[in-house]
Amino acid sequence: MISAKGICKSFTDKEVLSGIDLDIKPGKIFGLLGPSGAGKTTLIRIITGQLGFDSGEVRVFAKPVNELTGDDKKKIGIMMDDHGVYDRLSCTDNLKIFADIYGVPYSEIGKALKETGLADSAKKPAMKLSKGMRARLQLARVFMVRPKILFLDEPTSGLDPMTMKYIHKLILDRRDSGCTVFLTTHNMEEAAVLCDEVALLNEGKIVDRGAPSEICRRYNHQKTINIHLKTGEDISLVHGAESAEKISSLIEQGKVETIHSSEPTLETVFIELTGRKLEAEEEIRYA
Amino acid sequence: MRNVLVIIKKQLKDTLKNKTVLIQFIMFPLMTLVMENAISLPDMPELFFTKLFSVMYMGMAPLTSAAAIISEEKEKNTLRVLMMANVKPWEYLLGVGTYVWILCMAGAGIMATGLPAADVPFYLGVMAAGFVISIALGACIGIFSSNQMTATSLFVPVMLVFSFSPMLAMFNDKIEKVARIFYTQQLRVLMNQMSFEGIKPESILILTVNAVLAIALFFVAFKRKGLE
Repeated sequence: MISAKGICKSFTDKEVLSGIDLDIKPGKIFGLLGPSGAGKTTLIRIITGQLGFDSGEVRVFAKPVNELTGDDKKKIGIMMDDHGVYDRLSCTDNLKIFADIYGVPYSEIGKALKETGLADSAKKPAMKLSKGMRARLQLARVFMVRPKILFLDEPTSGLDPMTMKYIHKLILDRRDSGCTVFLTTHNMEEAAVLCDEVALLNEGKIVDRGAPSEICRRYNHQKTINIHLKTGEDISLVHGAESAEKISSLIEQGKVETIHSSEPTLETVFIELTGRKLEAEEEIRYA
Repeated sequence: MRNVLVIIKKQLKDTLKNKTVLIQFIMFPLMTLVMENAISLPDMPELFFTKLFSVMYMGMAPLTSAAAIISEEKEKNTLRVLMMANVKPWEYLLGVGTYVWILCMAGAGIMATGLPAADVPFYLGVMAAGFVISIALGACIGIFSSNQMTATSLFVPVMLVFSFSPMLAMFNDKIEKVARIFYTQQLRVLMNQMSFEGIKPESILILTVNAVLAIALFFVAFKRKGLE
């Protein structure tokens, strides 16, 4: 559905993307993970044809991106982090503009608003919507055209957990209906919940890729089991027959408070690979 | 062409809720009606307020509204959404320009209600030409500005020069000598004569130069900045 080979992009003398290869299969959610400034938005802008690139090849719907027709582009839905809505217009009027541009019947507007939980706010001006509702209005805008490919740039950035969960459900529903989703995020929990495949982007290079669970297993060097006992003591046991016996004994004696395997999260894998925290910049921003 | 109509439709809906732009279109036609009917002084030239406010309207409303609309769309990133929905830059600019021109012409139609019927086509022709030049200048400012604040700081001096210089030229000969190079002053001269026969080649030349400069500036601005 989307493929890229050796994409390089520089702004003045700074190389932003270096040799990016991608192959995204239809009906999958692909997550591009990386800290702010890693090049995620630049890559989306290149793949969606908004930005040129220095070298490499990008194909969407098996066509070079610069040869996409107007009809092809109508099958692509894009929600960028910084995209706005028309503040003075109601939710319905916001969607009517794009229904007119895409030639979508107005009956789809009500469906899109209902799907995104905005049916009760249909007549409300966009300026009176909360941040989460604005994000859902943007989603309604891209959902309304029933795209084959959905590009979502940080779709839940800065949203509360409830809205985030709601948006996750909407994205998963889209994937289940056959839509291919390309999503960027610096939230590794989000990537683990949503993505069939992720690529870790750091300083313009993909440092690793694969299914989230597969990546975490691959970097499970410690292979330990961490137990927190009711006494407050923490113990780590390496995988093995001896440990199994000890764990069994501790459980039988009712001493175990919590038990976890040492399998890393995507974030710890990212730190191991790059020495950077995925959300470091965000933490600074909200500090 | 459908996208041009979509932009016009969007602007019509938006303007009814955008008081700062709406007031630009309403203020001068309303003032003209009120002043022409309320004030009558001895020795006051016929249709004094209509002609005075028409030139100010021509230099102010299209320029400020075109710049405000484009810069607001850039600031709020709605313009980028339109571009990604496959609306071409020329479709957007033509849509905004046509919308501003139509509303300004509607305002000019209201201002023309006090004129003799025979003068109306000439008056509207003069206003239409002035609106086109002002829209091109407003679009230049909108394209150059990344946000509304920058646009305001640019269009206020430009608008003051073009809309007030013809009025000041009525009271000061030195200002008149400078103001005559502006399209608004030349269009005021044409409006005073109110006939096609009275048009001087000098006026045509100055208007043409102004129009060519405004359009050239528009293309330079667009080539350098695009709609990003």
